[in-house]
Amino acid sequence: MQKSIDELRKDFPILSQKVYGKPLIYLDNGATSQKPLTINSNIHRGVHFLSGEMTNAYEKARATIQKFINAKLSEEIIFTKGATDSINLVAFSFGERFVNEGDEIIVSEMEHHANIIPWQILCERKKAILKVLPITDEGELIISELGSLITSKTKLLAVAHTSNVLGTINPIKEIIEQAHKQNVPVLVDGSQAILHSKIDVIDLDADFYVFSGHKMYAPTGIGILYGKKELLNKIPPYQGGGDMVDTVSFEKTTYAELPFKFEAGTSNFVGAVALAKASEYIESIGFEFISEREHELLHYATQKMLEIKGLKIYGTSKKKSSIISFLVENIHAYDMGLMLDKMGIAVRTGSHCAQPLMKRLGIDGTIRASFSFYNTKEEIDFLIKGIERIRKMIND
Amino acid sequence: MTINEIQDEIIEEFSVFDDWMDKYEYIIEFAKGLPTIDVNKKTPQNLINGCQSKVWLDAELTDGKLSFTADSDAIITKGVVALLVRIFNEQPAKDILNSDLYFIEKIGLSQNLSPTRANGLLSMIKRIKSYALAFNSLEK
Repeated sequence: MQKSIDELRKDFPILSQKVYGKPLIYLDNGATSQKPLTINSNIHRGVHFLSGEMTNAYEKARATIQKFINAKLSEEIIFTKGATDSINLVAFSFGERFVNEGDEIIVSEMEHHANIIPWQILCERKKAILKVLPITDEGELIISELGSLITSKTKLLAVAHTSNVLGTINPIKEIIEQAHKQNVPVLVDGSQAILHSKIDVIDLDADFYVFSGHKMYAPTGIGILYGKKELLNKIPPYQGGGDMVDTVSFEKTTYAELPFKFEAGTSNFVGAVALAKASEYIESIGFEFISEREHELLHYATQKMLEIKGLKIYGTSKKKSSIISFLVENIHAYDMGLMLDKMGIAVRTGSHCAQPLMKRLGIDGTIRASFSFYNTKEEIDFLIKGIERIRKMIND
Repeated sequence: MTINEIQDEIIEEFSVFDDWMDKYEYIIEFAKGLPTIDVNKKTPQNLINGCQSKVWLDAELTDGKLSFTADSDAIITKGVVALLVRIFNEQPAKDILNSDLYFIEKIGLSQNLSPTRANGLLSMIKRIKSYALAFNSLEK
């Protein structure tokens, strides 16, 4: 039977914390989701594992993640430090094998810096060209331009599943289908999507899919790179070290098979186990429940916010995740964030690591409220009251 | 009034507030009262980096005393820089150089600004002191 929200909130100790003497209202879930008790206690247990059991637990965690995103094989799951690390791995290794002078990489205008800069570094290294898929004023990708943007020189398309600023859920399956028609593989940054709906990498036919643990109730420092086996086999290792080799001599080293080829050094065993545990926790709550609940909160908050004088929402796509970026007329995002913080409301302000997107929107930054299933309508009411109070303080 | 006398005055004014929103309300009043900076002074040279908002600060020397004008695109930041202007305006350059800004901690600004934000405030002070240093050496 499904637990009630009150019961579920008890899984997250931090939600009952006080800040500045006020109850914490945590609306920065897009940056880092809070950790349920089950994860915290699990990490603690981790140190007692013996070496053999450690390896078992690590490989079991890999199999759990494989199931979680419906990958065909467990060796297609590479443990990394996070989504950023995963993208850097692909940018290096895929770039080393497939990208040459004059080739092209395509990213979208709504990307997080983590899905821009590794490609820029690659393009600089290989004298390749970075091209950009634009967005509409509503914050949707202009997919009709993809066909003409892709040329015979295009080697890869890197795109977010869900925008961390606009909340737009991109039609990723359709995008991948179109890119594949033109023989271009696709890397999907799933950081903002992994927590909100069931990801099925086979159904999407994604070539690479990356995400971070800390955005799905797991700790920082652990993340996933999913890659199709045939692609991962073709590309060289990213980092050298222990555990990633078959035989080593000063003349010639041969590398281990997948997935170990990409996991140099001592593994983040604790992180991997916690990540697997987090995925089990999410599944125990159920994606149907999560998405229904988050959709309801998004709808409620959007309606309430639009009643505030001078408030503008950035990102008005019909298909949105539970993220609202906004500004209030004449009020700097920083002022709003600073004062909401003092009311105990945690939101994010600034460019959200997406400066090119800010430029496209013609602004310096926004205030971003991002909701998780554990948030409540009462918390949103409190946020609305807070915004209204600040608006009056500054504008009236 | 000396720098410390003005600091004490500010501490006294803030002591009546125990709620942060009231403090901010007061800071906003300061911001609204800050004389408008000459548009020509909002140059890249006068822009201070180091926080989420933009701050411009300009200084002029008349009769051995410094006068400051400033602006920010964020109103809290503008209020904070207005406090600094109130403290340092018309003060001798060497007093500015030797000043210790204890009011920041006393009114709770330091503990309530995150490291990057505090750096914004620190950058403002650093800029003011560097003006003072420049003018001080000019005078000699």
